[in-house]
Amino acid sequence: MSAPTAAARISTRRLVLVGLAVCLVIAGVVSFYASSHPDGLEYVAGSLGFDGVAQDSATAGSPLADYAVRGVSDNRLSGGLAGLVGAVVTGLLMFGLVMLARRRAPRGRD
Amino acid sequence: MHVPDGFLDAPTSVATGVVAAGVVGASLVRASRRELDERTAPLAGLVAVFVFAAQMVNFPVGAGTSGHLLGAALAAVLVGPATATLCLTVVLAVQAFLFADGGVTALGTNVLLMGVVGVWVGYGVARAVLSVLPRRLPSIPVAGAVGAAVSVPVAALAFTGLYAVGGAAPIPLGSLATAMVGWHLLIGLGEAAITFLAVSSIVAARPDLVHVARGRMPALELRTPEVVA
Repeated sequence: MSAPTAAARISTRRLVLVGLAVCLVIAGVVSFYASSHPDGLEYVAGSLGFDGVAQDSATAGSPLADYAVRGVSDNRLSGGLAGLVGAVVTGLLMFGLVMLARRRAPRGRD
Repeated sequence: MHVPDGFLDAPTSVATGVVAAGVVGASLVRASRRELDERTAPLAGLVAVFVFAAQMVNFPVGAGTSGHLLGAALAAVLVGPATATLCLTVVLAVQAFLFADGGVTALGTNVLLMGVVGVWVGYGVARAVLSVLPRRLPSIPVAGAVGAAVSVPVAALAFTGLYAVGGAAPIPLGSLATAMVGWHLLIGLGEAAITFLAVSSIVAARPDLVHVARGRMPALELRTPEVVA
């Protein structure tokens, strides 16, 4: 393969905006088409018979429990909204954490 | 692989919670000293959101079972292992508190399995693979994919280890280990594919932001963009 061009092809702002848009589509739309089969751990727990020891989470009564918005009956809309909320909250928390961590940095380089 | 409340007994859950809290604290320090700088910080936010979104999309792996991305190796390759632990911790906390996905008392267990074991195994394997591949950008997604494929079954094995210590119901550990590793080897293939695509995208767009490319891809450092006036 030819020598990689290291030049930044797009600005960081554009990368983040395009990336976030892709994430919102995945969380808000594509998630509806996710497999509803049990995941690996749930399946193994079920087949070996220890799934019964699972307890309801303390947050099982959350209005967003199980990726559905309580009160929204349309599954596609309910799951999509839950996904969007989750993506936004995750983004706010992580961007916030990164700002704090970065500010405290003793600036090793640059 | 989100462990619900009740799978592990209270002492084990407390112990994993304490260890996870310690590692997250250390990761915060390491990330701020060695990984996060003004250029790379936005990518860390993006990676966390991507991991959350991608974890919603379970893909079928056969026989009525599904799996979803962990994103541990993906995050470690792109933003560094300590920052990856922070990304996974944020995602797991949001899932546990807002969506009742993964137990609240099991949050420490889940952070330990996915955010620490998954991250460091994925990162270590990716680094090892990079060290034997040509020092070129296209090597990075390949290394990430291999790290991803290994990280999932190893995290599943780590769950088995915790279950051996503090499992709530008696289960033959051999069968548990075999079943967990077997299914998660398959899920690891999906993990590898998604990791390859995601890492390829970032490497194509902004190789200068990719953590494992720092100082290892000579071509990267020699070619300062001259267009930026």
